[in-house]
Amino acid sequence: MTFSKRAKRFVSLARFCLISGGWVSAWLCLSGCVRHEPPADLTIINGAEPESLDPAIITGQPELRAVQGLFEGLTRLDPKTARPIPGLAERWEISPDGLVYLFHLRTNLVWSTGEPIRSEDLVYSWIRALNPATGSDYAGQLFYLKNAEDFNAGKIKDPARVGVHAVDPFTVRVELNHPTAFFLDLCAFPTLYVVPRQTIESHGDRWLMVRPLPSSGPYELAAWRLNDKIRLKKNPRYWDAANTQSEIIDLLPVGSPITSLNLYENGQVDIIWDKDLVPVELLDVLLHRPDFHAFNYLGTYFIRFNVTRKPFDDPRVRRALAMAVDKNRLVRKITKAGERPASHLVPDGVAHYTSPAGLEYDPDQARQLLSEAGYPGGRNFPRFNYIFNAAAGGAAKIHENVAIELQQMWRDTLGVEMELRQLEWKVFLGAQSRLDYDASRSSWVGDYNDPQTFLGMFTSGDGNNRTGWKNQTYDALIREAGEQPDQDLRASLFQRAEALLVRDEAPIVPLIFYVGINYFDTNRIQGVYQNLLDSHPLQYIRKIHKP
Amino acid sequence: MYFLRRLAFSIPLLLVISALAFVLVRLAPGGPFDRDRAPASPEIEANLRAKYHLDEPIWKQYARYVGDLAHGDFGVSLKYRNHTVNDIIAQGLPVSMTLGVLAFGFALAVGLTVGFITAARRGGWEDYVGSFLSMLVVCVPGFVLAPLLVLVFAVKLKWLPVALWDSPWHMVLPVVALGLYFAGKVARLTREGMLSAMQSECVTAARAKGLGENTLLFRHAFRLAVLPVVSYSGPMLADLLTGSFIIENIFQIPGIGVFLVNSSLNRDYTVVVGLALLYAVLLVGLNLLVDAAYTWLDPRVKYE
Repeated sequence: MTFSKRAKRFVSLARFCLISGGWVSAWLCLSGCVRHEPPADLTIINGAEPESLDPAIITGQPELRAVQGLFEGLTRLDPKTARPIPGLAERWEISPDGLVYLFHLRTNLVWSTGEPIRSEDLVYSWIRALNPATGSDYAGQLFYLKNAEDFNAGKIKDPARVGVHAVDPFTVRVELNHPTAFFLDLCAFPTLYVVPRQTIESHGDRWLMVRPLPSSGPYELAAWRLNDKIRLKKNPRYWDAANTQSEIIDLLPVGSPITSLNLYENGQVDIIWDKDLVPVELLDVLLHRPDFHAFNYLGTYFIRFNVTRKPFDDPRVRRALAMAVDKNRLVRKITKAGERPASHLVPDGVAHYTSPAGLEYDPDQARQLLSEAGYPGGRNFPRFNYIFNAAAGGAAKIHENVAIELQQMWRDTLGVEMELRQLEWKVFLGAQSRLDYDASRSSWVGDYNDPQTFLGMFTSGDGNNRTGWKNQTYDALIREAGEQPDQDLRASLFQRAEALLVRDEAPIVPLIFYVGINYFDTNRIQGVYQNLLDSHPLQYIRKIHKP
Repeated sequence: MYFLRRLAFSIPLLLVISALAFVLVRLAPGGPFDRDRAPASPEIEANLRAKYHLDEPIWKQYARYVGDLAHGDFGVSLKYRNHTVNDIIAQGLPVSMTLGVLAFGFALAVGLTVGFITAARRGGWEDYVGSFLSMLVVCVPGFVLAPLLVLVFAVKLKWLPVALWDSPWHMVLPVVALGLYFAGKVARLTREGMLSAMQSECVTAARAKGLGENTLLFRHAFRLAVLPVVSYSGPMLADLLTGSFIIENIFQIPGIGVFLVNSSLNRDYTVVVGLALLYAVLLVGLNLLVDAAYTWLDPRVKYE
C-alpha cells in the first residue's frame, strides 16, 4: 500500500470518526438541554394550561384542581361526596339565625416553609380577594359577607368593616348578609383559600414564582413550566400529611384529545380527567371499556332566547320551540357519552332540592302554541339566527352538530327557518351579553352544590342572564329563597322560581345534563371518586404498584 | 456600512409593527377579561381593567408600553396573569428554537440531497421518485402528516414516544413532521436551481474547459443552485424558530407557536404584541443574514 493510499484511508477514517462523533455529541448536547427529573409517582392530564395558580384569581376547573393541592380553606371537599368537611378549621359554630359563623382553626397549622398559619392569615386572604387591586374575577364568592360587595366596589375603604375578623389567633368570626345555606361549600372554594401574606406583600403579582413557595395545602409547588407541566411535591408540614398518598404528582396540560388518549394508551400518563379530552369519534368504543368512567355532573347545556326581540317576546313562541325539541335524539345522536335529556335547569342530585317538571317533547302541543301565537304552520314566522361558538383546538364539533339538529327539528315540526351563525369565542360572548342574537347556545356549570348557582343568574339584570328576561315574581322568589334559613321552605321557593323559568315563561330551553368523564385503570389507581362537582382532591390519589 | 444602515432602518420599522399590532388587536371584538360567566358585579371588571391600565386612552397605553419596552419589559400576560411575556418567551422560545433548528437542519440535509440527486439523474427513476416524494410532502399538510407519523412510529411500532418533550427521542417525530414540508420545498428549489445552472454560461464555459461532470455538478452548478435555497432560508428559519401551532399542539411541546395563535383568540393583548415584535425581529435579522450569505456565495452580488 502506498503512502498516499494509506493517507487517503486515514483521512476517510478520520472523517467518519468526526462525523459520527459530531452526531453523538449533538445527541448528548440535546440530552443535556432537556431536564433530568425523577419520575413522578402519578401523572395526570389536567386539561388546559392553568391561567394562574393564585386562588384569588382562578376561575376554571384545571386551575381549581391544581390549586386544591397547594392551598386550603376553612373547609375542604370530601373526596367521595364533594360535600364540605373540616379543613384548616377543625370545627365551627353557626348562630341560630344563620348569620354568624365562628370557625376554630386547628392549632398545628404551618406553612410548608415552617411559619405558623393563624386566623389573621385567613382574614388577610379574604380581604385580599376582595381588594379591588387584586382584580379577582370571582370576588363575588365573598359577597355573602357583610359589606364585602361595597368594599370590592371601592365604596367602603376600611377593610375592618367587612364581615370577617380574627377573634384570637385560632378563631375567625364571619358575619353574613343573609343566612347562606351553602356557605360551608364556599369555604372550600379557592377564592376563600388561605394564601401566604408575606410572600405576596414582598413579591406582588409574581409571588407564585417564589421558591420555596409557602403552601397551606397537601402539596408544594416544585415546578411550573407553561404548557409543559406542574410538578407537586408532598408538603410534609401539612396538618394531614400522614394521609397524603403520593409523593410527587405531575399535572400535564394537554390540549388535543387524540394526543391525550395516545399518551394514556402508551402508559405515559395514569389519569385523564377532563371530559373535553375524550375523542368524541371514539366514544362509542371507549365508553364500554372498564377504565372509562362517566358520571353525573353539575352542568347543563341549554338555549337562551333573546326575549327583547320579536317574536321571542311571546312566551307561547318560546314554549312552542321548547316543546319541538326531541332531546333524546340529541343525546343519542350527538353527545353519546350517556348524557341525560334535560327538561329543567338545575341538574338532578343537587343537595336538598328536586326540580319541578319542565316542558316535555310534544310536537302537537308545540304546533298549537305556535298557531295561537299567530304563526300557524310557521307561516309569517321571521327567519331568525342561532349563535354558537366554534370548537376550540381539537375539540369535537358538538355545538355545531346540536345547532344543525335543532335547525332540522324546528323546520320539520314547526315550519320555521333558522340561520346558523358560528362565532369565534370572544365574539360569541360579546354577542350574547349585548343581546345581539335571537337564540344562543349556552351552558352552565355550578360553582357549588346548590340551586342558587343555577337559578340566581336569571334574576333581572344579572350579568349572566343574557336573555333580556325580567320577571318580578321570579326575582322576589329568588330573593326570598336567599334569605330563608329553613331548608324545605327554601327548596319550595326555588321550585316555584324554576317552574316559572323552564315551564311557564321559558326564556331558556334546557337540553342536556352534562356528564363528567374520567379515565384511569381502577386496578392501578385508587382514590379518584366520581361526584357531582367532578372534584378529585389530589392527596387521596395513589398508584398501586403491582409486582 | 450598508448593513449598518439596514439595521438602523429596522428600528422605526419595528415601532410601526408594534403600533399596528397594538391597535389592531384592540380593535378585535371582545376583550381579555370576557368570560363565559360574568363577574358578580360590574365593578369587578372595572377593577380588572384598571389594574392593567385598559381603562386609559389608547395613546397613553401605547406610550406606557413603549416606555416599558425600552427597559426590555414586554408586560404581563392578561390571560396567564402570573407570567410576563418575557417569561413566556424565555420558556417557550428555546424549545421552539431547538425544534426549529433541528427541523431546519433536517430540511436542508434531506432537501439538498434529494434536489441534487434528482437533478443529477434527471429523467432517471431517482428523479421520478424523488420529485414525486418532494411534491407529496409539500402537498400533505402537517396536521395530516404528524398524526400519521405518530400512528406508525409511536402507536403501532412503539419505536418513539407519542408526545411530550423530555428526551432527544421525543424530538424525532416532531422534527421530521415539521421539517418534511420544508425539505420538499428545498428539494424542488435545488432541483430547479441545478437544472438552470447546468445550462448557464459559466457552467458551459467550465464544461468546454474539459472539467469532469462531478466537479461541474459539485463545484459550479451546486454553488449557483443553492442561491434560491439561501434566499428561501431566511423566512423559512424565521418560520421554524417561532414554532408551529399544529406540531406543538399535536406533540404537546411547550414552545411558543401555541401562544402565537392562542394569544389572539384569547385577546391576550400584551402577548400578541410581544410575539409579533419577536417574529418581526427574527424576520428582519434573518433576512439580513441571508443578504450577507449572498455576497459570500455569489461574487457578482455587491451592496452599496
